[in-house]
Order: sequence, then structure tokens, then C-alpha cells
Amino acid sequence: MKKDCLVVGAGPAGSVFAKELAIKGHDVMVVEKKQEIGTPKRCAEGITKHGFDKFGIKIHPLCIYGKIKGASLYSPSGKKVVMEGEEMEGYVIERKIFEKWLASEAIKNGAEYMVKTQAILMKRDNGKWKVKIKSIEGVEEVETKLVIGADGVESKVGRWAGLKTVNKITDYHSGIQFEMANVNADERHIHIFFGRDVAPLGYAWIFPKAFSANVGLGILEKGAKMKAYGYLIKFIREKEEFFRNAQPIEINAGGVPVAHFTEMVAEGVMLVGDAAQLVNPIHGGGITRAIHSSIMASKVADNAIRKKDFSTEKLMEYQKMWDSEYEEKTKKLMKLRAFLEKLEDSDFELLADILQGEDIYALTQAKLSFFIKKVLKKPSLLKLAKKYLMD
Amino acid sequence: MVRVDYDKCLYCAGCVGVCPVDAITLYETRIEISDECINCQICIKFCPVGAMEE
Repeated sequence: MKKDCLVVGAGPAGSVFAKELAIKGHDVMVVEKKQEIGTPKRCAEGITKHGFDKFGIKIHPLCIYGKIKGASLYSPSGKKVVMEGEEMEGYVIERKIFEKWLASEAIKNGAEYMVKTQAILMKRDNGKWKVKIKSIEGVEEVETKLVIGADGVESKVGRWAGLKTVNKITDYHSGIQFEMANVNADERHIHIFFGRDVAPLGYAWIFPKAFSANVGLGILEKGAKMKAYGYLIKFIREKEEFFRNAQPIEINAGGVPVAHFTEMVAEGVMLVGDAAQLVNPIHGGGITRAIHSSIMASKVADNAIRKKDFSTEKLMEYQKMWDSEYEEKTKKLMKLRAFLEKLEDSDFELLADILQGEDIYALTQAKLSFFIKKVLKKPSLLKLAKKYLMD
Repeated sequence: MVRVDYDKCLYCAGCVGVCPVDAITLYETRIEISDECINCQICIKFCPVGAMEE
């Protein structure tokens, strides 16, 4: 069969792309390897409200399982810093409902979907991509000039197109999570925990939902003495005040790219979302970036289809659009990440004393200059700050 | 070659994303490792639950 565009993967990135392209009247098909869109999640399900307002997306109320007013951050010794304010407001969503809703929006606008259908190979043939897909009905071939890799951290589309999508283990958090019932945590906040023994080179979290909470952590292997799972079991055992009467109702895992990736485009191929490692490298959030990348890619795709030009050069417009908005910010966040990874627990205690909630929000948005001024006054941080944060 | 302990695997496909030779594929709920595996063991280091072993 022939399609204007084939999207591999029906997560937020794939479905938002499909909707945007279908609205423009193009013939777009989405294949999803799983039998059910949206599950199992690899996600703590938190999103900020302003991230969505920016795109004019009004989330369907049935996707929202919790309303968040702010964040409570805990130093290794338990010192709490509270972040509140309009920019911190957000939701904890039910990811499988959210993804099905996004898919339904794409379908209403004319996108075609196949579930339990896996792209197993794609080859370049005379200026086109021939993609083999395998479903209940057997193996078929899709011929298209444009393939969108929305196939997550395990992106095969990127590799088939010759892009270096392999994640480096030094830039890839090992994530684990229980969704638990009966967690005793303030449900108006997300809760974030730091410490070398809590989550080395990462953090642990509690994201409260309607009848449960996502309790998880992400670590970097180079700082770890045991598996992420071991740290999570320890966290739940030690934080009695939160988990005394809690029990798991789901277990999730996943890799989180905390990198700055640079190749998003090849001949007739664009990568969106996790497939292009588009995650905020400080907090690991990926949904907003995934959706933003898809909106940008869909504009370029629309134009490429109209002009019948699917060259790398043409599709690079997408990458340029992305870089103009995110490149500088991501580079700064990578510097901040390198700095934070060098800190000892005692340094985190010091930061908990000198930083306010709004400072920490500013940091996640790559505003570093005030932070540099603050840490330069602290002799114990001076050397690291000079090495990692200053040019 | 690396093997998968299916009693532990949560099929998150994190290992697929770090494999330098594209030897791992997730088929819906089943991780499979092909003969292309070079036994570099990066997937073993990554796996959040310790489901990859030699």
C-alpha cells in the first residue's frame, strides 16, 4: 500500500504528528506495535499546565488524574524546599487514557491507525521508503516518501535511516517505578528526593494520582552500587512516613535519555520525541518536548509533501526550527547536569539552604547566571562551578 | 552472548536503546537478542531490574 506518510509509534509524539498532518488533508498512517496504545507506561505522568497552554492543547478532563500546585524537594537529610506558583501548576495524567485520547483526535481528523502492528524493516528504494509491517494479518509493505520515527527510546527507524540514535549509558537514566495505592503524600505536590544513596546521579519521585501515586526513581549506572530496582525497594522501605500502608498496583521501567542529540533528520525521515532523545536533561520530562517536536515536524512535513521534496536538506528545516528554540537551552542544561552530577550529599544540603523554590524552577529552564553568582560565594562549590558552569 | 531472564523483564526496551549494534528488539512484550550481540554487556549495566545476564 502507498501512503503520503507513515508514522511508526502511537505515543504522544506519533499521535500529535498524525493529527497535525491529517488536518492538512494528507494521507497518514500510524502503526503501533503494542496491542493497546498507552500501556505499559514508561513515565511518571507529570506535565506542566503552561507547557500545554503554549501549544493551545486543552487536555481532555478524563485524562487528568491529579491537579498539582507545586513541588516539594527533599535534600538527602530531608530538608524541604517548596516550589509553587503559576508555572509549577500541572497535572498528573493517566497516560493510557491520554494516549488513546490523542490517537482519537488524530483519527477524527482522518489519520489511519493499526495496532499490534510492528515495523520490522525499512529500505530505501528509488527515492522512496519501503517499510515492512507485521500485523495479525501478516506481513505487508508500505511505500512512502516520508517516515516519522516516533518509536521511542528503542527507535529502529532512526537506525534504519543511518542516524546515530544509540543512547550512551552515561546519558541514559535507568528508571524504575511502582504505581502504588495508599501512599501518604500531600497530593497537591509532586515530591522529589535527592541523595547519593537515594538515587545516584538522579532523583526519586512521588507523583500523586487519584487513587494511587507513581513512586519511582532514575539513576545513572556510573554512580550506582546496585540496580535501580534495589534503590527503589530501599527508598520505599526507608521512607516509612509515605509508604507505611502502601502497596504496588503496577510496576514500570524505562530508559530516559538525558542527552543533547543532534541528528533528527535523514532522507525522507524525521525523528520526533524520545526517538530523537528530546527530553529535558535536568528533570527528564519528555511529553512537552515530544509534542512540540511533532508540531514542528508536521509543519515541515506538510510543506515537503506539497513541494514533493523529501530531501535531507528540506527536512532539515525541522531540525533548524528545533535548534532555534531548544539548542542553547539544552546545552546549558547539559552543563548544569554535569555540575550536579559532581555534587556530594553535603553540597545538596548547602543548595537546599541557599536556593528558593523559584530558583530551582529557573534552573530547570536553563537560567543559570543567578545560580552561578550564588554558588561562587560558596567556597566548597567554587571550583566545580568554575569547571562546569562557566565558559 | 547476553540472555534475558523473562521472569524479571518488564519489557521497557531500555536495553534496545543502548545496544550499540542493534542486536536487541522488543516484540510487543518479548525482548529478543540476535546473533549480532557482541557481548559488550552495556544492556546488563543499564537494565533497571537486572533481567539481562551473560
